[in-house]
Amino acid sequence: MSEANQAMDTPAKANLTTQAQQLTTGVAVKPRTLVGDAWRRFRKHRLAMAGVIILVFFTLAVSLGSVPYQSYLVGQLATSGMPVPQENPDLRVLIDHLDFLNLLVAPNSVHLLGTDDLGRDLLARSLYGGRVSLLVGLVAMLISIVLGTVIGAVAGFFGGTIDQVLMRITDLFLSLPAVPLILLTVYLFRDPVIKAMGSPEAGIFIIVVVVVGGLAWMQTARIVRATFLSLKEKEFVEAATCLGVGKVAIMFKHILPNALGPIIVAATLGVGNAIITESTLSFLGVGFPPDTPTWGRLVTDGSQYLSVAPWLALVPGALIFLTVLSINFLGDGLRDALDPRSRL
Amino acid sequence: MTHKRLWTWLVLMVTAATLLAACGGAPAQTPPTAAPAAAATEAPAAATEAPAAATEAPAAATEAPAAAATEAPAAATAGGKLTILYWQSVTILNPHLASGTKDFDGATVILEPLAHRNDKDELVPALAEEIPTVENGGIAADGTSITWKLKQGVKWSDGSDFTADDVIFTWQYCADEATACTTSSYFTPVKSVEAIDPYTVKVTWNAPSANPYLTFVSYNGLILQKAQFEKCVGAASISDAACQAANLAPIGTNAYKLKDFKPGDTVLYDKNPEYRDAANTFFDEVEIKGGGDAASAAQAVCQTGEVDYSWNLQVPAAVLSPILESGQCDAVTASSSGIERIVVNFANPDPALGDKRSEPDQPHPFLTDPAVRQAINIAIDRKAIATNLYGPTGEATCNTVMAPAQVVSPNTKCDRDVEAAKKLLDDAGYVLNGSVREKNGIPLVVSFQTSINTLRQGEQAIIKSNLAEIGIQVNIKAIDAGVFFGGDTGNPDTLNKFYADLQMYTNSPSDTDPQGYFEGWTCAKVNSSANQWQGGNDGRYCSAEYDALFEQFSKELDPAKRNELAIALNDQIVKDNGIIPLINRFTPNAKAKTLDGPVGTTFDSGLWNIHTWKRVP
Repeated sequence: MSEANQAMDTPAKANLTTQAQQLTTGVAVKPRTLVGDAWRRFRKHRLAMAGVIILVFFTLAVSLGSVPYQSYLVGQLATSGMPVPQENPDLRVLIDHLDFLNLLVAPNSVHLLGTDDLGRDLLARSLYGGRVSLLVGLVAMLISIVLGTVIGAVAGFFGGTIDQVLMRITDLFLSLPAVPLILLTVYLFRDPVIKAMGSPEAGIFIIVVVVVGGLAWMQTARIVRATFLSLKEKEFVEAATCLGVGKVAIMFKHILPNALGPIIVAATLGVGNAIITESTLSFLGVGFPPDTPTWGRLVTDGSQYLSVAPWLALVPGALIFLTVLSINFLGDGLRDALDPRSRL
Repeated sequence: MTHKRLWTWLVLMVTAATLLAACGGAPAQTPPTAAPAAAATEAPAAATEAPAAATEAPAAATEAPAAAATEAPAAATAGGKLTILYWQSVTILNPHLASGTKDFDGATVILEPLAHRNDKDELVPALAEEIPTVENGGIAADGTSITWKLKQGVKWSDGSDFTADDVIFTWQYCADEATACTTSSYFTPVKSVEAIDPYTVKVTWNAPSANPYLTFVSYNGLILQKAQFEKCVGAASISDAACQAANLAPIGTNAYKLKDFKPGDTVLYDKNPEYRDAANTFFDEVEIKGGGDAASAAQAVCQTGEVDYSWNLQVPAAVLSPILESGQCDAVTASSSGIERIVVNFANPDPALGDKRSEPDQPHPFLTDPAVRQAINIAIDRKAIATNLYGPTGEATCNTVMAPAQVVSPNTKCDRDVEAAKKLLDDAGYVLNGSVREKNGIPLVVSFQTSINTLRQGEQAIIKSNLAEIGIQVNIKAIDAGVFFGGDTGNPDTLNKFYADLQMYTNSPSDTDPQGYFEGWTCAKVNSSANQWQGGNDGRYCSAEYDALFEQFSKELDPAKRNELAIALNDQIVKDNGIIPLINRFTPNAKAKTLDGPVGTTFDSGLWNIHTWKRVP
């Protein structure tokens, strides 16, 4: 048996070595990286790509796109009879410009997306609102994801008393009624923060993102903890421990990438939630000042005029809808792309 | 793959459904125009200009109420159900414990005062035989008492007789502070009410009164049945179970009596067979439905025709006009249901002052300067606000009082003049630094607060842009109506505390005699922490000239001279820009074209003459 084995062994070994050599040569010629693989998988997800295109378009539109539109609108207003009194007005001035000659008009060449009941340009307001809404959604999501991931990772990885304490804190936050708490926070800190920041808009922005983000991390924390609990028992973690890798490195270098999928899904949902929570706050009068047209506020204001001027609610509504949908598709695509187990 | 597609569709559909729901559901959130506790902000009921009603009302005023009914056209047969929609629902039917116009109106269908006020603000006898005057000896020449003659043979809906005892009891009921009547201010100036005979009552005042029709008139003076409420005086009025039941089902003398009441939902009334003119009561049943919002209430009358009459349609012109144009309904408006105004803070609301914030001894850094106030006044484009936002429901005004007609000042002017406003500020030393003016390093930046309401946010936007033109920067704040009008001393955002530079709301005299209203600008009434901000003078306006005029006014008993002094008071406050009046509101009610009878009243319930309402072809 053993002789026969040995006899077979030698040529097989030689064969394997050549195969290995061939393989390594191939890799050396065209290296495949984790990110490269992910990108390849991501590109194949058509909806996710559509989402990215829409998001990039929106981001460019609210940042750079407003500049050409500003000069276009100023020119149009000057010829239509309600010129803007100021020279070179910025977007902030344009969104407050009242055009009494064009009240509640449907989209036309002067006002590309129509006007509201005071003749304010809806496209200008949507652009400005997009800056606020997108930024609020993004920053609040970042805050909640960072908080949730750190707390969940620490709780799941270390277990024991730390886990107990952190999870009870999470339960505590989950059981807090969000809206009354937000109202309380805003009442307590509104004036000092506004004063510290120098402008109502910046002050409210800080409060809103901190409050919205600070009350949305619990789900992420639980998901991350559960993932960590199962992953820390896996062989690759044991292997890393045996090799003497530090705890922090194991947590964030070895386990975290494997837990990215659920985190990204939570993050994408978080952006939509943050945009919607912000509009709730504005509606209750504790969010942005009423003259800051966030998307949520535009929908609220426009809903009164659904029968006479449906575009007032539909345009910002569609913007929120498209943004949240795109972010969800993006998250879906990212999850598939980053999941080390999925092979496309 | 199948799963993924399914998931994709699911997300798509759910999000689409959410969006649709958000859009469709949102109108229900339309902020109420009138705050629930809007006694101070909204006049009770809107009134009418319907020509038929206008000619009919004086007839009713001089003759018996039956007069209106006898004029009824023979075409429509009596009977059927009258459906009324209030977007705030009725919660109690005892008017003296009412929490809002809706409750007073619900009670007015059952109960009657001694006299009502019609659309011309004239008195119309209800339970009284005639209106007492100095000429007929009903009012003492020295103003110390008034004697009412009551109708004889009036029966309560339980069959018992209505007598002077019931009138006396109503006063006793509300004179007891423990009863906590919301109408108590109409009873406290009364020293005594005595029965001279079973059908004559004499009301004696604590001090000579220039306003003898204060008590037992309009929805604030509805008469309760002594037999039913006898045990409910004092704290028992709300604690005792039998009294709680009575509060929800008062026995009345009016044309309809209660059939079924679901507090916070609907009230159903049917014909009162004991009514003195029951033969001419047109409807078999009356129903007041509650809930919804102002815009859908307008649609219910004017477009779907579900109801015959809708209350308080204060919605933006762009929403209301197309609804009213559908042709199935008429708007019913009064001469004034409140003056929308900007109140100027004469005290400094700077948060850095801590507890001293907005206290009267902290003068405002620039709003105490008459030039700044006048510049703000003439920079505001009232016409744009009136035409673009209010449309048929309001007009520009420079006065603090627009009803009754005899106290409306013809002397005031507030036309928009941006150049003059700029010049005023230039002359006063406020120079432009960038887009904002400043003087001594203090920039003209004002905070401007009001309640959350589409209309008001529109006004804020216009005013902000008007003031930006003259170099005043406005920071806008909108506060939940419940908080803003709430008067909670623990809350910093109430209109009483006024922790802002400017604020906007609607107010008007609650009675044809504006004494209580004008008292609200005297130095004695200035809000401060000392009086828990309950003084009533929220702007902290204090002028010796005004106080002297008011002193004279409060002592004057001659009606003609009082009217002159009322106009002088109005002119003084307007000249000083103590407040900046903007819009005279005609908050309309709507009635179906097939309904005849509703007329508007500024100082009484919109349902005051419901016994004459009838259907016409």
